[in-house]
Amino acid sequence: MTTTLPAYDDVVARYEPVIGLETHVELGTNTKMFCGCPTDFGGEPNTRVCPVCLGLPGSLPVANKAAIEATIRIGLALNCSIAEWCRFARKNYFYPDMPKDFQISQYDEPLCFDGYLDVEVDGELVRIGIERVHLEEDTGKTLHVGGATGRIHGATESLVDYNRAGIPLVEIVTKPVPGTGALAPEVARAYVTELRDVLRSLGVSDVRMEEGSLRCDVNTSLNLPGEEWGTRTETKNVNSLRSVERAVRSEMLRQAAVLDAGGKITQETRHFHEDTGDTTPGRSKETATDYRYFPEPDLVPLAPDAAWVAELKAALPELPRLHRRRLQEQWGLSDLDMQSVLNAGAVELIEQTVAAGATPAAARKWWLGELSRRANEAGIELADVGATPAQVAELQGLVDAGKLNDKLARSVLEGVVAGEGSPTEIMTDRGLEVVSDTGALTAAVDEAIAANPGIADKIRSGKVAAAGALVGAVMKTTRGQADAKTVRELILERLGVQG
Amino acid sequence: MAAISREEVAHLARLSRLAVTEEELDTFAGQLDVILQSVAQVGEVAAADIPPTSHSVPLTNVLREDVVVPGLTPQEALSGAPDADQQRFRVPRILDEDVAS
Repeated sequence: MTTTLPAYDDVVARYEPVIGLETHVELGTNTKMFCGCPTDFGGEPNTRVCPVCLGLPGSLPVANKAAIEATIRIGLALNCSIAEWCRFARKNYFYPDMPKDFQISQYDEPLCFDGYLDVEVDGELVRIGIERVHLEEDTGKTLHVGGATGRIHGATESLVDYNRAGIPLVEIVTKPVPGTGALAPEVARAYVTELRDVLRSLGVSDVRMEEGSLRCDVNTSLNLPGEEWGTRTETKNVNSLRSVERAVRSEMLRQAAVLDAGGKITQETRHFHEDTGDTTPGRSKETATDYRYFPEPDLVPLAPDAAWVAELKAALPELPRLHRRRLQEQWGLSDLDMQSVLNAGAVELIEQTVAAGATPAAARKWWLGELSRRANEAGIELADVGATPAQVAELQGLVDAGKLNDKLARSVLEGVVAGEGSPTEIMTDRGLEVVSDTGALTAAVDEAIAANPGIADKIRSGKVAAAGALVGAVMKTTRGQADAKTVRELILERLGVQG
Repeated sequence: MAAISREEVAHLARLSRLAVTEEELDTFAGQLDVILQSVAQVGEVAAADIPPTSHSVPLTNVLREDVVVPGLTPQEALSGAPDADQQRFRVPRILDEDVAS
């Protein structure tokens, strides 16, 4: 389709978007959901399989207690009610990514339901309703061969690796979110970001979108003001926070163009393309999917004991939004300053640097200044820039001890980022330490005075500001390795002037 | 009235990927009808205060600890497969896109 897309501002002036998000999270348990196979990422194909996850005759699944516990904790963190009694269900379908020909999931009895998550967008609190949080098992990975693109169309056969089949997967489904208007794409992104932070604070998953341990499907629809909600599409394959935002926006524009032309939105699954930011239609639903769900006969019902749930609730960690608020107070930052820390992805890094001994101001200076600049230049996340909070704290310690000045500290940091070692090692190896030998400094100061008699006279006559020129000369002879303040004091002292 | 129609049997056969002939459809529709009607008799006995039974044993919370147990080698895992390649199960292409997740 070559329809010209309308302008975004124009679209949100005429239509109201409704969004919804379905997020799948692979839990970080040691073993799979229903058997004792290990769950670590990667590994040679079919090396983490057993009769249960291969669906061999006579095998029986048994639910992983740690996965149930993690799911209840997620539910509690998302303010959900926890089911007093619920069952797993069989979702039947014909596709080889599950060797049993069905997936064990939950249907009308999710473990957690009816909660919410508050997210901040542009300083405003938006409450996102949570419909349900349920447990299921992940599928195997299929590799399509014979086709040109590795996709199923044109493929002649598929090769299947069941290492991932059976890994506990939590599905978190929001209620439809109306009323966010032009902010819909940002709200979607803020929700997934906040959810990721919550999951990370709970320690239930490594939540790495690029490795697929956190995956997102985005539902979008448009309606005219005052009318019923429009037909929604479900965009799959959205694998980064930035893509969540782009997918909603791109789908809003596409749907507006269809509606403007008098067309109708087809309820369908669409695929998001990272490179273009567009969505294209996925499988068509000529026949309504019929999964023939029924209660899983091989697993007995779950009935989480109220005391157990209360115990898990009492042990929940401080949740990210409250944690951030507390840090902001401790660090004495304005909302605006805190926002720039958040935008830089530097909260945890600064927190850990402070824990390692730096002041909040110094920690923030390094992470938002020099290190953010380097991360931006390299196009990488701040956390991957190559310096650790401990190293930054050590660097600042050297500055505080007068061994490094600001300029030298930057050079040391360059070495740290390049992986040359600890700040102290780099300072020694590169010979970057501030010249603190007063004898050597005094000689350099005397030399500068002798070389600039005119300036020296000005200073003697009371024009203290002229000392700057001599400081510059001394810094030059010491190749920047002197502490400017010390040099200045020394110059005034040698010339017999009060600073 | 029949408890299951011939069309419903055809639909189920398609979902189950079973190749069923026209004659078989008639046979199975009749047989399934008898089964469903028999089950329906049980439903008549059940009073409103008896919840539907999905499990015959009165157990809940059968859980296992999160401890790794050795599984199969890839050779063992693939030994029963009709076909394999690159240490993976080889299957004919399936036209439906990834349906579950």
